[in-house]
Amino acid sequence: MMLIPRIIFQTVVLALQQIFANIVRSILTTLGIVIGVASVITVVAATDGLQKFVLKEFATIGASKVWVFPRMPPGQRDRYSWRQLRITVPEAEGMLDRCPSLIRLTPIVEMSTSVSHGDVTKSVATVQGVNSSWHLIEDRDILQGRPFNSIDDEQRLQVCLVNDKAIEELELDANCVGQRIDVGGRSFTIVGVVETKTVSPMFGGTEAVSEVYVPFRTALTLRPEPRMYIIAQTRSPELFEDAREEIRFYLRRSRDLKPDEPDTFGVQAIEAVISQFKRLAAGLGVFLAGIVAISLVVGGIGIMNIMLVSVSERTREIGLRKAVGAQPAVILLQFLVEAVTLCLVGGAIGLALGYMFIGVLKFIPKSPLADAGVPFWAVLLSVGFSAGTGLIFGMFPAIKAARLNPIDALRHE
Amino acid sequence: MSSVDIAIRIRGLEKVYRMGTEKVRALAGVDLDIRRNEFVAIMGSSGSGKSTLMNILGCLDRPTAGSYELAGKPTHRMSASQLARVRNQEIGFVFQSFELLPRATALANVMLPLIYSSRYWLSARAMARKSLERVGLAQRMTHRPNQLSGGQRQRVAIARALVTNPSILLADEPTGNLDSKTSDDIMMLFKQLHAEGQTIVIVTHEEDIAGHAHRIVRLRDGRILSDHPTADDPTHQTYLRLAASTAASLAQGATA
Repeated sequence: MMLIPRIIFQTVVLALQQIFANIVRSILTTLGIVIGVASVITVVAATDGLQKFVLKEFATIGASKVWVFPRMPPGQRDRYSWRQLRITVPEAEGMLDRCPSLIRLTPIVEMSTSVSHGDVTKSVATVQGVNSSWHLIEDRDILQGRPFNSIDDEQRLQVCLVNDKAIEELELDANCVGQRIDVGGRSFTIVGVVETKTVSPMFGGTEAVSEVYVPFRTALTLRPEPRMYIIAQTRSPELFEDAREEIRFYLRRSRDLKPDEPDTFGVQAIEAVISQFKRLAAGLGVFLAGIVAISLVVGGIGIMNIMLVSVSERTREIGLRKAVGAQPAVILLQFLVEAVTLCLVGGAIGLALGYMFIGVLKFIPKSPLADAGVPFWAVLLSVGFSAGTGLIFGMFPAIKAARLNPIDALRHE
Repeated sequence: MSSVDIAIRIRGLEKVYRMGTEKVRALAGVDLDIRRNEFVAIMGSSGSGKSTLMNILGCLDRPTAGSYELAGKPTHRMSASQLARVRNQEIGFVFQSFELLPRATALANVMLPLIYSSRYWLSARAMARKSLERVGLAQRMTHRPNQLSGGQRQRVAIARALVTNPSILLADEPTGNLDSKTSDDIMMLFKQLHAEGQTIVIVTHEEDIAGHAHRIVRLRDGRILSDHPTADDPTHQTYLRLAASTAASLAQGATA
């Protein structure tokens, strides 16, 4: 039937006329919807931007890295001492052979000791003992000189790498390769300079600090029973679960743990953290959008309110339309279309406002929301939601209008 | 009188209103036939039931009992949706207070019934123009009601009632809000429409307005009190001539 699309078109025109005829009232009415949609868009985009920002940070840390570290099993403090839980040199050295999912690893000996160059002394500096795989795992460029190689490690050479912050703090020459510094009372030759990689403070990263690296076995000569953890790299990011099981199997055997005893070490990958974070972010986004959606419902009640006013205000008009032959369904449609149009116009303004907010947030310097984008589903959702609000909350006034007896409506004052 | 000629056939029409616990019988059994191309005035004091009858004739209200056939269609058995179609296609209704849409132009007001029938916008526009020309408002099509005089507004309302080419034109106190000069103009328009073949029923309480019609139906307490032709009815004229000549011959016979 040709009638229905034409009636819809005419009622939309009529609804727009009504909206413009009472422009101030219409604006006030749709304010709830405008604010609702604008906040949904803003919240969703902000969550999206934050998530992208965090994931980028995680990517700098590395996606295929696995950390192995001593961990006190919960409630077992009486049984173990931290000293017992330390990862031993043989454990570290045997791991690569027993865990086929790992492509390389480096044990990391972390020690605080004094470092000095000539008259300049840093009494507490972090010195790390690493092997040559460290360069590949951490992916840090060598700015000057050379990286560590296996000979440095095997021969326990007194060589070291520094970063530019250390150059600055120890007042080394800009071209410091070949210069000597004292580490824990011994003299080391600087063979190279590594770039500094920082993680945003938001994720526990700190300002760039002085870093000094020595070969792993050389570090062992400084600390015979060192505190140590391992960074390993899996052959691919999705092999993390395999790698963890291999490492657990290997370490539980080497530590002689019985089946009912808990692990005395931890194995963690950035991948696991990322997926956990993604779930968290998605949940948070839905939760926030849900809270904001309440304002859409409130806005819908505002629409219903004004539609009811509109119905009683225009009772005579409804009566006339019925008297000249408007079907009850057409009257129903007219008021529904009016409510939906009102909501959709509000939704469109809200959408524009939301995009504006996000645009402003993006332009704040160093904004973590720089990559924020409004996902298409959010646009669909909020537009759909505002149309739905109009439909649901317009239904009651529309039915009221459609049911009016023509003569009663015409007699209405 | 064949059934083809019958525009309105009413039998035993009753309307009872409930006012709280009290029942008011606005119509207490009305029988009425109106032929095509009749010009009927329904008269009565307030409370006589004339407006109730008019609303039922216009399918704006439903009778409590009785039957009402409009152009052979039994409206008392119709659904709300079917009644809407009858109002749209068979009936043109003129209200005392015009009932024009204040923000719409005269043309848009006249087009309103056509919006609710399956006509294309352009043909609807052409029909509305023709209808406005018919009531003598060709120069006022783009005016809004507040830019028009009372008589012009009622002409717009009449144009709207005529635009669907209805079987009957119903007018409820069409001159009730107009001064006497304008009232006469409107009544002349009704007479002209009647002369063009339109069936017209008007409700009024003014004798001189009713005098323009060819038949007057008087109501009292929901019943028909009297139903007779007026001096304007051509058949009535014949009757009067006949009566006069009869009276004259009788008089001649008496003197003879």
